[in-house]
Amino acid sequence: MKSSCGAVWVIAEQIGGRILMESLQLIGHARKLADEIKTSVEVVLLGDKLNGQSRQLFAAGANKVYLGNNPELTCYQQEIYTEIIVRLAKEHKPEIVLIGSTSTGRELAPLVAARLETGLTAHCIDLVLNEDKLLEAMVPAYGGLLTITCPEKRPQMATVAKGVFPTPEPDENRTGEVVPLDAPGEVPHRIETLEVIYEEPEGIPLESAPIVVAGGAGAGDHEGWQVIADLAEVLNAALGSTRPAVDEGWTELETMIGQSGKIVNPELYIGVGLSGELQHMVGIVGAQVMVAINNDAKSPVFEQVDYGVVDDCRGFIPVFIEKIKEYWSRNT
Amino acid sequence: MLKIVVCVKAVPDPKQERKIRINPVTKTLIRGDIPLVLNPLDKNAMEAALQLKEQLDAQIVVLSMGPPSAGNIVKECLALGADQGFLLSDLAFSGADAYATAYTLAKGIEKIGSYHVIFCGMASSDSSTEWVGPEIGAFLKIPIVTRVKEIIETEGEWWKVKASLDNGFRVVQVKIPAVLTVTRELNNPRTLSFSGIIEARKREITHWGINELCVSDDSVGLKGSPTIVSNMASIELKREVEIITGTREEKAEQLIQKLVEAGVI
Repeated sequence: MKSSCGAVWVIAEQIGGRILMESLQLIGHARKLADEIKTSVEVVLLGDKLNGQSRQLFAAGANKVYLGNNPELTCYQQEIYTEIIVRLAKEHKPEIVLIGSTSTGRELAPLVAARLETGLTAHCIDLVLNEDKLLEAMVPAYGGLLTITCPEKRPQMATVAKGVFPTPEPDENRTGEVVPLDAPGEVPHRIETLEVIYEEPEGIPLESAPIVVAGGAGAGDHEGWQVIADLAEVLNAALGSTRPAVDEGWTELETMIGQSGKIVNPELYIGVGLSGELQHMVGIVGAQVMVAINNDAKSPVFEQVDYGVVDDCRGFIPVFIEKIKEYWSRNT
Repeated sequence: MLKIVVCVKAVPDPKQERKIRINPVTKTLIRGDIPLVLNPLDKNAMEAALQLKEQLDAQIVVLSMGPPSAGNIVKECLALGADQGFLLSDLAFSGADAYATAYTLAKGIEKIGSYHVIFCGMASSDSSTEWVGPEIGAFLKIPIVTRVKEIIETEGEWWKVKASLDNGFRVVQVKIPAVLTVTRELNNPRTLSFSGIIEARKREITHWGINELCVSDDSVGLKGSPTIVSNMASIELKREVEIITGTREEKAEQLIQKLVEAGVI
């Protein structure tokens, strides 16, 4: 079975010809999985005026690139993208298909999975192969980790949370085969993206921030929340939250970290006024240094961090901010 | 007349979801006694349907799959202004993943008959996959738009909507019938008073099981689910903590020193 095993596929994404970092990270991890089952990494890339991007995909670990290069494919168009990927998968029968948990990936993946009549694991934070070479996708839930498998149907499909795999070191010596894709012919035309507007993100995206400051119920009110936001600003950090902070209306759902929110992977995490509920903590993957600031010395959060400060956040943080500014003015 | 289907899910009250734990020994869920409520984003889906009904000649059908107790949330939707309610409930439906759930709901929608637009919340608060809406569309062979945050035009058979992207938004034109999954930004959902919720329990809804849907038992529930949960693990996130003590100023200075030594600021 192993030698005749289908390939590991990655559905890559590009915006204006620029390959998303998430796609390269997926290819890097796909390479590891493929080596374990002695198969190849194959990437599907759809776009227009693409030239040279395949080299970048080979350098990240791809053996083969299925390249759709055509004005109709400039940006994601649901019917034609789905049709191309479904047909290609039916023809080549990949063992595994990985897609990034981007807004486009999250729409495309279930359409492809349903058409291929197979299972799709959502927003996993790790992917490993078990002793039977079955893909195990790890998903945070209920303050723990679920292992999801797709034992019977193929391909095994998963979307992957942003930022959980490292960006592979490009190896420019690697080459591979480019397979140009024909236009798919007749596709129903019932939906069309008329316009895509890109907006500058407010603040630093949580998923890629080197420093994350997260606030919880201990902020107390809007004013207390602002103190935590000030700390994030001074540290040039992304500001995250727990569900209670969202429920209180101090911040938007988009800032929530944890099993039903964002997954973060920072060098430094500072949790302020939060108690270390697993639902929140499972969203922090591989933080190098973790700090908690909480006025309750018995809070469980102090068992889950490297450094703890027992203090009222509204009293402590302004002092902390001043000292950070002082330190920087002395050392720059 | 515009026929709108709203798919809703009964979820454990998100405000209490942290009570759900994994038993580290038996690796099963400790559910506690958390009440089932209408999934938060499904309230936005319901509100979108109600607003259309206020503007146009429309009929709203609410559909859910779940245990018999999920009937209450369908009844609440009737009290909010839906015209008909259906609950797909059968032991054979239990244990369904997103694929089997979407398949069963799609079969329910086919049995309901004609429809022009299907609203779903973008995701449920308890499993958060975002797959059910799109997969319903795939099974019904109709287009979908995920993350709808504004409905711009609903005249004729081509609708125009605005949908969120990670880094902006897109304007999409879609031919109905279609599935639209909605975000919180779309509207501010109306709610029922407590007495309204109690009053709603008297409403009548239709129950359909596996026989009414005419589906085989290996295409629904756990048997019809391609994915399985093969393990559950509670996670140990323990670290060796150093509590920093002293006056406020001392604590702040010491913490900065530790972070500088670690090379993270």
